[in-house]
Amino acid sequence: MTPPDRAPSVAEEPLPERQVALIDLLDRLLSGGVVLTGDIVLSIADVDLVRISLRALIVSISERNPSPWQAPPASVGDGHDR
Amino acid sequence: MTGSLTYAYAVARDDGSLREVVSGLVGVVGAPVGLVRAEACEGLVAAVSQVPEQDFDEAALRVRLEDLDWLEATARAHHRVVDALAARTTVLPLRLVTMYRDEERVRAMLVTRCGAFVSRLEDLAAQVEWGVKIYVEEPAAEATPAPDPGAGLSPGRAYLSHRRAQRHAREASYRHADEAAGRVESAASAYAVDRVRHRAQQGGPASERGENLVNDAYLVPLRHAEDFRADVARSANGLPGVRVEVTGPWAPYSFAAPAAPEPPGRSGP
Repeated sequence: MTPPDRAPSVAEEPLPERQVALIDLLDRLLSGGVVLTGDIVLSIADVDLVRISLRALIVSISERNPSPWQAPPASVGDGHDR
Repeated sequence: MTGSLTYAYAVARDDGSLREVVSGLVGVVGAPVGLVRAEACEGLVAAVSQVPEQDFDEAALRVRLEDLDWLEATARAHHRVVDALAARTTVLPLRLVTMYRDEERVRAMLVTRCGAFVSRLEDLAAQVEWGVKIYVEEPAAEATPAPDPGAGLSPGRAYLSHRRAQRHAREASYRHADEAAGRVESAASAYAVDRVRHRAQQGGPASERGENLVNDAYLVPLRHAEDFRADVARSANGLPGVRVEVTGPWAPYSFAAPAAPEPPGRSGP
């Protein structure tokens, strides 16, 4: 397609690091996307396990490092999300 | 001496402009991104880069996927490539860490699945994904005024009345969240063509921002993208204790696989 598949209002921002929240990204990258077998096989069940232990990891990290979430979403390059 | 593997990010159809998009683009482990072409299949390409085999074989991945810093770096690199392509054309993002022995194997995969890829790319053309999350905010309950000691109530009764007020505030927040969800659904029935429900986000970062009740993705035609976003962003207006967050526009990660678990309520015209 020649026309850009993008919402115009967003395209006008300087795109480079429109940092998305890691947790939203992982929702999509670990449970969305086309699943191909590939040559290095991690079965879907395995990825699901990863996801669960990942949750634990995120919890432990946020306990060590309380609430970066109060900060306004604009900051880039600090912490994991937003 | 170890070899390399080919990491595949996304599949798209090249109208001739994608070489320019990937030139200078870096992917996972900072490697340059290239395109694998399936000449036999209507301009179908896969965006790929090389990764060291010892870091990406199955044993290594099992360990590394548990490492949050590694996972974040990999996920962001993957997203960067998908996003760059999505800014130019329709893409089918592949799941994180989809890997092949070499580019020949990627080409063979493209050829084998040519028909399915092309038809899904056509289905998704000129559409974007929006994430919609609905939260009940914890502070709604805590914001209830503490009992006034001078109000003539005994401490026990003051306590109970305070608890009751908190419970009511909380119940109201859940009712409001329901109402917000209804407004989101009606925006969706006006504009969206598909919906996928993700698991509600729990623990850590999610819980600090209130309780996440709804974590959905909607597929919306580009021409309605702004209207949908604006309607959804307004859906918590006048509903205390509820927050609605819209994320995106995303490449259609949640819709890349053709099987739609459940279509949106009424996705009529």
